[in-house]
Amino acid sequence: MYVPASNWFIAASLVVALILNFLPLQGDILIFRPDFVAIAIAYWNINHPHKMGMGVAFGMGLMMDVGNTGILGQHALAYCVIVYLTLIFGRRLRLFNSMQQAPQIGLILLIMQIVIVLVATSGGSALPDGQYFLAALSGTLLWAPGSYLLSMLLKQKSDPDAL
Amino acid sequence: METAPQFFRHGPGPFARLFVFALLSCLLIIGDTRFKYFPQLRQAIGVVIFPLQKIAYIPANIYDQVEEFIASFNLLEENIKLRQIYLENREQLLKLASLEAENIHLRNLLGAVQQIETKTRTKAVLAKILYTPRDPFNHKITLNKGSQHHIQLGQAVIDDKGIVGQITQLYPWSSEVTLLTDRDHSVPVQVVRNSLRSVVSGTGKNNQLELRYLSVNTDIQQGDQLVTSGIGGVYPPGIPVATVLRIERDPTGDFAQIISTPVAGVDRNRQVLILSLIQPESRDALEMPKIESGKK
Repeated sequence: MYVPASNWFIAASLVVALILNFLPLQGDILIFRPDFVAIAIAYWNINHPHKMGMGVAFGMGLMMDVGNTGILGQHALAYCVIVYLTLIFGRRLRLFNSMQQAPQIGLILLIMQIVIVLVATSGGSALPDGQYFLAALSGTLLWAPGSYLLSMLLKQKSDPDAL
Repeated sequence: METAPQFFRHGPGPFARLFVFALLSCLLIIGDTRFKYFPQLRQAIGVVIFPLQKIAYIPANIYDQVEEFIASFNLLEENIKLRQIYLENREQLLKLASLEAENIHLRNLLGAVQQIETKTRTKAVLAKILYTPRDPFNHKITLNKGSQHHIQLGQAVIDDKGIVGQITQLYPWSSEVTLLTDRDHSVPVQVVRNSLRSVVSGTGKNNQLELRYLSVNTDIQQGDQLVTSGIGGVYPPGIPVATVLRIERDPTGDFAQIISTPVAGVDRNRQVLILSLIQPESRDALEMPKIESGKK
């Protein structure tokens, strides 16, 4: 069932995702931390295309860049790539349930990380070691529960209107 | 309320939009990495995201408070232990004072030049680590003290073991610290054993620092302690920086490859100290601390 999403709900979910990204984690947990913002952006663009434009993704990316103390424009570009990929493959992805979507989302997250690495290396940084890409794996694992949670929240929110 | 889907008008296609935004981000990336163009934009965004970072810190705060609460049960024991440590430190401090006096006296006897007046006295501010970036490209951390707390650019940041880094970006309520391990960061150091002076630079890898441009036959050994030399005026002298891990002396090369590890728990701490150097009266405020630029 298609449940319409309000702009406020989308904005709130993106802010929560940003806060999750800013959690002061350290050590081994940090290695496994997925990019929550990337996952949220992918979710909205697959399930509610054209509700959240590329400009919003760009802005989220800039905030992530400043918070992340990185190069300005690095995450912005990466999140725009996510919007692009999910817009193109969105119709195909919507045919699957979230469990089947997960590996494909993992691939998209991996492409996003490769974009980030390319930007960083063009600035002169060394290539990261393999564990950097574990975030794509944890993002894949998070996709099914994450999208279930978001759709449940959406349904709950819009139920009184429907009845 | 959802409006009716627009069947015929979609605006530019995904690729066109990606192209525009990719161009925009490329401009930002080039402007930021090559010319450091956008400090105001960074400042503005930094102010916008600060409340989010503050909210994200709440769980850690709660964790700290719970830990403190549990620790409060054996306060007495801890107090006794701390007092013991205090007495031991006190004894060493007293020794230091007498050694200092003796040093000055001996220098006077030798007729040697008085030690160059450097900014040796410091004041410290405690700060918490708000954020550690995940990706290995940014050897920086964000602290919860900023220009509103009278923090200034270039101040040294230490933990209980040694130098962590220096402040390179200021926001009103937070600040960024470039760690020792950052590729563009260097610290003037000297070897404790023989006072050999050099500069230790970050390599961009975790827990690895490099002593560059020391000739193959330099007198340096594995396990040598490196402390700040105080030259350059950014770091106060005598604070531990690193320990020499291994030395590769390739007789065909010009320089020895000397790898060392920082002594400070660069990525283990929750709290650090921001040092502000107190300017001695006699000197002008000429020394603007500056981070070495990224050009190599």
